[in-house]
Amino acid sequence: MPSVVLKYVMAASGAAMLLYLVLHMLGNLKIFFGAGALDAYSAWLRTLLEPAVPYSGVLWVIRVVLTVALVAHVWSAIVLARRARAARPVRYTHRPPVQGSYAARTMRWGGVIIALFVVYHLLDLTTGTLNPIGVHGEVYDNVAADFAPSHWYATIFYVLAVVTVGIHVRHGLWSGLQTFGRSNARTQRALKTFALVFAALLVAGFLAVPFAVTFGLV
Amino acid sequence: MRLHLKVWRQHDADDRGAMRSYDVDDASPDMSFLELLDVLNEKLTTEGEEPVAFDHDCREGICGACSMVIDGQPHGPEKATTTCQLHLRHFRDGDTITVEPFRAGSFPVVKDLVVDRSAFDRIIAAGGYVSAPTGSAPDAHAVPVPKDQADRAFTAAACIGCGACVAACPNGSASLFLGAKITHLGELPQGQPERDSRVLAMVAEHDAAGFGGCTNTGECADACPKEIPLDVISQLNRDYLAARRSRRRSA
Ligand code: SF4
Ligand code: FES
Repeated sequence: MPSVVLKYVMAASGAAMLLYLVLHMLGNLKIFFGAGALDAYSAWLRTLLEPAVPYSGVLWVIRVVLTVALVAHVWSAIVLARRARAARPVRYTHRPPVQGSYAARTMRWGGVIIALFVVYHLLDLTTGTLNPIGVHGEVYDNVAADFAPSHWYATIFYVLAVVTVGIHVRHGLWSGLQTFGRSNARTQRALKTFALVFAALLVAGFLAVPFAVTFGLV
Repeated sequence: MRLHLKVWRQHDADDRGAMRSYDVDDASPDMSFLELLDVLNEKLTTEGEEPVAFDHDCREGICGACSMVIDGQPHGPEKATTTCQLHLRHFRDGDTITVEPFRAGSFPVVKDLVVDRSAFDRIIAAGGYVSAPTGSAPDAHAVPVPKDQADRAFTAAACIGCGACVAACPNGSASLFLGAKITHLGELPQGQPERDSRVLAMVAEHDAAGFGGCTNTGECADACPKEIPLDVISQLNRDYLAARRSRRRSA
């Protein structure tokens, strides 16, 4: 697979997942309209486009698309990482990183951490297995139990994971725009700023929910 | 000035190589880095030791031969400066300076600091040219080129093929070099007939030579002594996609 094609695979699968993240984040904010609004939103996601598609149909389509995107993303990352290793068999004895941002340097390990978090997240709030309550459909109660002050370790883990996602998105979004050929000398700085602001808003949106629960705002 | 050097010594391609320490006591701030190595080599020769092998040619920053990584940075710490144009006044008396060859599997070490960069020649041979009928030079204004495009082509054409981008890249990718050539020829009318076949062939040769894939870290543009901007890689991606599309259309 040509290296340039790998970049497009990486960028397109990343874009699909990022779009999902934005919708996910906006959906989460329903919690600020009350427990009922959040639970109703979750129920609506399942009845969406009924009866044209069966119950939960849309959700399953999204899950399949996300799985394909994830596999493509991870696969291209692994191929690129292996090529990078092969391309520099002897390492420098002394080479401090100069330009690459912290975000760019932590894409690979950051990605692994995010993948582990997603596993936990699904077991927590999708299947309910690891949730203190874990009742299907009682979204508000599950979330409230998760981020209750007494369950602080889950909250901390969520916060760290979301920040890791933000760092990943910061480099990923900019990198994707560069890959899709939308960068030139004039727009480069603007694109980087855009990616930073975008990532910051995403993190803020995702963190609003656990913080609001922990501090009893919702 | 007194300088302590830690230099990579490797007898030949098969030798494992190691860092060795040397002291130079009589360096002058006005010397270039290559002259410092010349002084070191004179000392080593008189002491009956083998001099440090390094690549150089023009010593005026235009040929791209003087490849080495100084204090962890290809062509040293000064921005937009080749090793031969790097002067010792940018270092301090008593500094310890590490000197290593460019590290890339596609740039195997020949001896000490000298690496074989013929992989770049193969990439150029794959498509980095225009097939124009030669003969006497045409009139300069025979083919008009819009100013913006001429400027961009010129910026990209400043690439001297030194390989610092590869040396700096955490992925060992030559995408900045590739992008520079694609942009340089792609912005000019003379480059159009082979625009699609060029990018496909050059990317294929780049990958075949064992260079890694780009992940947009930007280390290359920072290390480039000719300040080739990162957006040439954007251009490379765009041209590559367009070439694949048009090949599919015509097939
Ligand atoms: S792009 Fe810059 S660093 Fe890379 S080969 Fe050309 S001049 Fe050297
Ligand atoms: S010797 Fe020619 S660029 Fe340095």
